[in-house]
Amino acid sequence: MAKNVRTAPEVNAGSMADIAFLLLIFFLVTTTIDVDKGVLVKLPPWSDEPPEDLKLNKRNVYSVLVNADNQLLVRGEPQQVSTLKNNAKEFIMNPSKRSDMSEAPNKAIISLKNDRGTSYKTYLEVYNELKAAYNELREEEAQRKYGKAFEYLDKARQKEIRSRIPLVISEAEPTNFGEE
Amino acid sequence: MGKFQKKRGKSTPKVSTASLPDIIFMLLFFFMVVTVLRDSELKVENNVPYATELTKLEKKSLVNYMFIGKPVKNYQAQYGTKPALQLGDKFADISEIPLFLEKHRSTVPEGQRPGINTSMKVDGDVTMGFVTDVKTKLRKSGQLKLNYSAKKRPN
Repeated sequence: MAKNVRTAPEVNAGSMADIAFLLLIFFLVTTTIDVDKGVLVKLPPWSDEPPEDLKLNKRNVYSVLVNADNQLLVRGEPQQVSTLKNNAKEFIMNPSKRSDMSEAPNKAIISLKNDRGTSYKTYLEVYNELKAAYNELREEEAQRKYGKAFEYLDKARQKEIRSRIPLVISEAEPTNFGEE
Repeated sequence: MGKFQKKRGKSTPKVSTASLPDIIFMLLFFFMVVTVLRDSELKVENNVPYATELTKLEKKSLVNYMFIGKPVKNYQAQYGTKPALQLGDKFADISEIPLFLEKHRSTVPEGQRPGINTSMKVDGDVTMGFVTDVKTKLRKSGQLKLNYSAKKRPN
């Protein structure tokens, strides 16, 4: 009797591992580690007045139209998404100084217009290609001037390159075609 | 000398499993910390397109999510098959966006509010008309930082 009073009964901890396993498996199954990724854009602020008509030199505008059938019209010529990036790059930098392409990279403006019936997938693809063109140009500029990748440059230099090759994508109100 | 010879031979030494629970607990805590329980059930089809120029959204507390897509089968009788907007865990009208943004904004500390991002998870088959309407509403409500959610294109 005396022995029983003195020592508290031991709890069997052998099943602890099993319980922990059970919880572990639960969290393993419910875990989603993937982070949200996407194409970051900045919208222009809303104003109730219609935008001013800017007098733009036609050579500086790279107009991209995407119609309700998801076809592209770039500067009046039909084009494929796959060639869009390289053509846009050539237009922005204008290495051969052609008179029908942009005067300087910071004067180039990309005008993007779509129909209400354009599919979102195509729209994003086109937007992605245009953004890729700019990213590649900045990367090339960084390599040429500093011999380093753009993302490893310090803030001031990144800013400088960004101001030299500014990303200007102007989006017009879509036309009312092909909405379901 | 005989002392040492006794153990040799017959049985292999047992590995102690006493620290197993500790290891498991460690793993458990790791997964508990990284787990994000889905807070909103998807009521619209949501198959975001592929892209390459992706930016990671680092701070989850500064992001609000909008889902756009065709209602899933169970809800089609009620909401039709046209693209619909889901805010939080329910269907919403475009006119409810400002309130939704305001609600989210009030949970963010004042200093961090300029960094608020809206992540639009749009199904690839949705037409741009609806997306543009949502974008216009966002602009009118002063939420200008927007993220078109996309998956990394496999090579």
